[in-house]
Amino acid sequence: MKNNIKYIAVLALGLFACEPEFDNPIDESGTYTSGSADFTTFVAVGNSLTAGFMDGTVFRSGQQNSFPNIMAEKFALAGGGTFTQPSYDDDVNDTGGFLLAGSPLPGFDTRLVIDASQGRPENLNLAPTAEVSSLQATAYNNMGVPGAKSFHLGFPGYGDISNLAVGAANPYYVRHATTPNATVIGDAVSLNPTFFTLWIGNNDILSYATSGGVGVDQTGNQNVLSYGFNDITDPGVFAFTYQALVDALTANGAKGVVATLPDVTSIPYFTTVPYNPVPMNAQTAALVNGGYAQYNGGLQFAAANGLITADEVAQRTITFSAGQNAVVIIDEDLTPLGGLGLPNYRQTTVDDLLILPSSGFIGTFVQPGNPATINGVGVPLADNWVLTATEIQLVRNARTAYNNAIVSIAAANDLAVADMAVKLEELVSGLRTTDGQIYTNNYFDGSSDAISTAVFSLDGVHPNSRGYAIVADEFIRVVNEKYGANVPRVTAGYYPGVTVVPTN
Amino acid sequence: MKKLLLVLTMAFSASVVYAGGYRVGVQGHKQLAMGHTGVAVVTSAESAFFNPAGLVYLDGKLNVSLGAAAVFSNTSYQNKEFGFSAEADNPVGTPFYAYGAYKINDWLSAGIAIYTPYGSRVEWPTDWEGSHLVNNIELSAIFVQPTISIKVSEKLSVGGGPIYVTGAVNFNRNLSRSLTDEGGNRSNVTIDATGINAWGYTIGAMFRPTEDINLGFNYRSKINMDVERGDGTADFENLPGALAAGFADGDFTASLPLPAELTFGASFKLTDKWLIAFDYTRTFWDAYKSLDVQFFNSAGLSRNPRNYKNSSVYKIGAQYEASQKVTVRAGFYFDESPIRDGFFAPETPRPDSVNFTAGFSYNFNSRWAIDASVLYVHSNEVDNSYDSFVEAGQRLSFGGEYKSNALVAGIGVSYKL
Repeated sequence: MKNNIKYIAVLALGLFACEPEFDNPIDESGTYTSGSADFTTFVAVGNSLTAGFMDGTVFRSGQQNSFPNIMAEKFALAGGGTFTQPSYDDDVNDTGGFLLAGSPLPGFDTRLVIDASQGRPENLNLAPTAEVSSLQATAYNNMGVPGAKSFHLGFPGYGDISNLAVGAANPYYVRHATTPNATVIGDAVSLNPTFFTLWIGNNDILSYATSGGVGVDQTGNQNVLSYGFNDITDPGVFAFTYQALVDALTANGAKGVVATLPDVTSIPYFTTVPYNPVPMNAQTAALVNGGYAQYNGGLQFAAANGLITADEVAQRTITFSAGQNAVVIIDEDLTPLGGLGLPNYRQTTVDDLLILPSSGFIGTFVQPGNPATINGVGVPLADNWVLTATEIQLVRNARTAYNNAIVSIAAANDLAVADMAVKLEELVSGLRTTDGQIYTNNYFDGSSDAISTAVFSLDGVHPNSRGYAIVADEFIRVVNEKYGANVPRVTAGYYPGVTVVPTN
Repeated sequence: MKKLLLVLTMAFSASVVYAGGYRVGVQGHKQLAMGHTGVAVVTSAESAFFNPAGLVYLDGKLNVSLGAAAVFSNTSYQNKEFGFSAEADNPVGTPFYAYGAYKINDWLSAGIAIYTPYGSRVEWPTDWEGSHLVNNIELSAIFVQPTISIKVSEKLSVGGGPIYVTGAVNFNRNLSRSLTDEGGNRSNVTIDATGINAWGYTIGAMFRPTEDINLGFNYRSKINMDVERGDGTADFENLPGALAAGFADGDFTASLPLPAELTFGASFKLTDKWLIAFDYTRTFWDAYKSLDVQFFNSAGLSRNPRNYKNSSVYKIGAQYEASQKVTVRAGFYFDESPIRDGFFAPETPRPDSVNFTAGFSYNFNSRWAIDASVLYVHSNEVDNSYDSFVEAGQRLSFGGEYKSNALVAGIGVSYKL
């Protein structure tokens, strides 16, 4: 009897100790490796996409899901060290947006949320609390500066608060530049990175695109000081700048990954509003057509006099009909017929891209109650609402040149390339992640499905947290491939998407 | 509406499976010690469960057995691709049994059986990667079975009785993989129901061709556990303000089949001291196709495919009467998983298992004895997934490697008059 009890007790104890253990437990060291890379000091250099900018701003909780921060969490399993980001502790209400000397800084509003009571995106109706003038003077591992173009990263004074008034400084960088004359790339390199990401150049074309092409294509002009905010950066300047950035980052032998620039047709800012957003019945169409009869007749006259071709007549002739109709725009690239008193009007085609904010403008009245003054119908849209086919081509030309430079510089320096242009292109037809979910570049449409699957934030340009997880996963994939590393991948489905508030 | 599909599916599937997602039958320490064989063994009042036909062959006018056990179960999960790892910290389960049999006359015995064949306690870390499937679950069911046993001849008996079941469930999971309130707290739902009642029956037969050979057969019917409106509550927590109105707390309905089970077996008395027994159990899990749970708010109808397949348990046990006072027992059984590939959900992480048992009885005198047993459940590491979680119209896969084991230790007392 005694013996039996003893044996059973021994047996029980032996089994108790037997927690289920995997043959290859992943929490043991050696499971995840950095391969030939070294993640000890990971520095991410770039613009808003690197900063974790979403819904029109950087806010405290959103910043946690910046793509480099997500990467760093995974790198930590493969020898990665601490990853710091600019402090948003003073964004106490998680609103984003900036104050300057206590007053809201124009153009740096709070984050966009969906107001369920209105069914539309609005800036969160809370006062921002993050103050531009509380200077952190710290180099962080995340050196993504929202709004920065390629050449801004090497601009001394880009973080000097006294330059804000003249538009030569960036409030995001002002907050953490180590000195007023510091450069973004200088601060990044001061951390002695062992590994880096570099994703820059988007704003060199994007501000032109998002402004509807109101800027100038500066291709051929290497004097960046003469550039306007919405201009396209000269590809030669871009390549030169990019080489300098890579040289700085690799000076101490750091390895890294660079990323290509996506096309404008990959982002919902340009793809959400169709070229023909105006519904109309036959009666109204006839009425509107009557208003353009004189213009259309003038085009015939111009053609008869050899001023424009028959093709241009067809292109410019304004015709509304029952059903969905293209909007009327002013296109500066048409043949000027001012001598005949004819403006540069035409209707949009499938090759034009109406920008996201136009959805709230088209169909509004210039004179309340006067149906002849509907924007986009009786009143043509100005250049800033539409990226025309001609303007798209300028953007694409520059983007192709930039991407060629990025890829060839990466090859020459033996760096990995995350082809984000291709990755975001996949969203157009639907990007399927390994868990089985399919993500698209659709703008949030208010459906419950979109709550789980939207990957672009409400600004229509930047990913949301879920989208940045897809970005981080792609970076990790190419790092693993290039450097023989084994870093765990990222499941986008666990990351949040749109913020919906009951009222605002 | 479909977001909450999984809620109840999970809840109820777990109740179908034994403690902690394991088939840990603890319906008698003598039998458990012998690999949970018993359909063809007559030793004490536990026959009311294992084969009611056996009661009439018991010695003595009155037989009573009481017992309880502690179930320590562990499950580990990891996914190498994404670096996920989690360990279910399962609270100790405590199955129990109480049997009484009274010999009315030489050919008729009556008895009562109270036992807990179903139960589950699984507690994953809150908000772990599989939290859209389950955070934690606790299920229990108590079976109450009045029983009669009739001796047809010295060689043949039959028995059976109705089964009354009262069950309870408490289950929590997150509503989706990413939904949170404004403070970042994950939106989740807890369903809770007690006093879920259902009826079933058990019948058995026993044939004793010789003094030393015993053949048995037992069938326990399928029992549908139906949660009706008002039986329980669905408590939605941490919804963002814009959705909270649609996800008001309320009740729910659900139905879960506890599948029928057929067991037959044989025991052989090799010598005065040695007895061996073999049982084969077929469980008709194919009754468990899907679990549909209806909420009465925006969560709507939750359809959760299970698609289980029938499975078998192969059991062997032996007993040795070491002395007048001490009987020792040991056994083994192999338990097939009813779960098909692609339907492996973390609330019932139950792969095939091999089960080792041992135990003893100590007779204080001719009336009183104590019975003790231990069971060790071992499963090999499996790499499997649940592929039927629906998010935005897409069926999603959640999977990885699972490894489970469990230890059951229990003690009971037998009385014979």
